[in-house]
Order: sequence, then structure tokens, then C-alpha cells
Amino acid sequence: MNKKKLFLSGMRDGIPITLGYFAVSFALGITAGKAGFSAIQAFVASLLNNASAGEYAAIALIASGAGFAEVALMELIANARYFLMACTMSQKFSPDTPFYHRLLIGFDLTDEIFAINVTRKGYIEPAYAYGAIVTVLPGWSVGTALGVIVGDVIPPFAVSALGVAIFGMFIAIIVPPAVKNRVIAVTVLASFALSTAVNKLSFFDFIPSGTKTIILTVVISLAAAIIRPIPDDGDCE
Amino acid sequence: MNNKIWIYILIMAAVTYLIRVTPLVLIRREIKNRTVKSFLYYVPYVTLAVMTVPAIIDATRHPIAGAAALVVGVVLAALGQNMFKVAVACPLVVLIVEAIIL
Repeated sequence: MNKKKLFLSGMRDGIPITLGYFAVSFALGITAGKAGFSAIQAFVASLLNNASAGEYAAIALIASGAGFAEVALMELIANARYFLMACTMSQKFSPDTPFYHRLLIGFDLTDEIFAINVTRKGYIEPAYAYGAIVTVLPGWSVGTALGVIVGDVIPPFAVSALGVAIFGMFIAIIVPPAVKNRVIAVTVLASFALSTAVNKLSFFDFIPSGTKTIILTVVISLAAAIIRPIPDDGDCE
Repeated sequence: MNNKIWIYILIMAAVTYLIRVTPLVLIRREIKNRTVKSFLYYVPYVTLAVMTVPAIIDATRHPIAGAAALVVGVVLAALGQNMFKVAVACPLVVLIVEAIIL
């Protein structure tokens, strides 16, 4: 595929992500507005972060009057999973890809941008990644700004329905490989079960939800890696 | 407050960028260790699965609507429907189920 086709292909795959993001960013904007953000500030915050959990957590802290260091630490914890994803992504860059692409693509390493790039066969194609990023990032930022402006006029039934779009996206990413590979299927089912247990049992209430995601990811992925390591020549597809 | 929020925004952006880019900058070679490779291979599936369940059930006004969206989404994705169709089907299921039971 040439660069233009790859770029367009990235844009196409970015559309469902943008729709999912829009709903989430809208809700985020409502929270930001209540915390004292102007529409422009919400727009810039989303443009520079593009991190749903990280932004939510930070905005909630800011609203409660927390200091700069606290917000920085919260951001570190809420976004720690991106550190793991970036480690994975580092292995998917061709040695021939110029270095600056890492700095640019890394800027918008979200769950979804990560997923669609890493689950593609072969090396990361920067043109594909940029196609997805230029589609997704404006939607996320504008959605947040609109959330501040329009606030709570959106009816609850619409918020409830739009809220699951992002999970539909996650499902579409993890289920097809699970159908083809039984180890991934078992890993995904175990993740569902353990995540439900850890989030629903009050015993684990003392762990903040962002931290739960990090711990579960590390523990389950490590267990899977030890029990069922990928073949030595495995291409990680 | 207004100017202070700009500082908060810069701090958020700086921390987030460093988290995302540090591994991409530091890890330039192929990792040879099989356990580390396997671990990184499983991370995306596990982290997305963990973020989806039980959150999808809690995201809706009635847990049954979220659970129905989960089941329909999994079935459609298993049947090979693309990301866009699955991402649109899930909210539609929620609209329908909530209209019936609420």
C-alpha cells in the first residue's frame, strides 16, 4: 500500500473511534465545565492529553483544589498503562522507520490508537497512524469543548447509550483474535472474570480504579506469558 | 483560577507525554527475552478486556442494558463484523433495552 492509501485507511479506521470518543469526551467536558474550565481550556487539555481516564482523574482533583504535584502524580498513575503499551509498541517499529515518528506517534498513544496499530500485521506504518490520529484527535478535543458549552442539555438516555460505544470498539479489537487463538480467548475471559471480581468485591475498594487496571494488566499478562509463552520465532500478530 | 488551570493543563500534558514517549525513545532494539516478549504480546488484549468488563455494565442506566450490549458486541465481533458496526450496535442495543425495561 502506498502512503496515501495507508493514510486514508488510518482515517477510515479512526471514524468509529472518533464516534466513540465523541460521547466520552462530551461527558468529560461537562465535568471540566463544572471544575471551572473554559471551553478553550477544555479543548487544549484534550488536544494535549487525549487520555480519558487521565483527564477525568486530573479534572476531578483540580476541582477539589489539589496542588500541582498531586495532579502530576495522579496523571502518572492513571496513565501508567500507556507506559506498558509504549513498551509493546516500541517492538513494532521497523529499524528503518525514522526516529521522529516515535516522538509524534507516541504523542497520541491512546488505547485505541495503540490497538489498531499494534494488531495490524507487520511493522507500524506511520502514514496509517497519522491518518487515524488526525481523525480522532479533533473529535476528542471538540467533543470536550462542546461538553463545557452545551453542558447538561443532553438527555440521560442518550448519554447512557453513547457511553457504551467505546466498549463496543474495545470488543471489536479483542474478540476476533480471541476467536482464532485459544490462549488469547482464555486470557480475555480470565481478564473479564478477574476484573469483575476486583471491581465488584468491596474487599478491593481501597485501590483506586485506575490502579486496579494497571495491577490487573500486569498480573494477568505476566501469568499468561509464563504459562503460555509465545513461540520463540513468534511474530506477535 | 483561570491562569492556574493553564498550569494544570501543562502539567497534565507533560506527564502524559513523558509516560507515552519514554519507552519508545529508550527501547530501540528488539527485545530478546521470551517472557518479556510474551508479556508485551498479551498486554493489549488484557488491558482492553479489563477496561471493558465490568465497566460496560456500569455505564448504562440499567445493568441489563450494558450486559446486553456486551453480549451483542461479542457475538457480532466473533462473526467478523468490523469495528464501526460493533461500535454502533452496542449503543443501539442500550437504547432498545432501556426503552423496554425502564
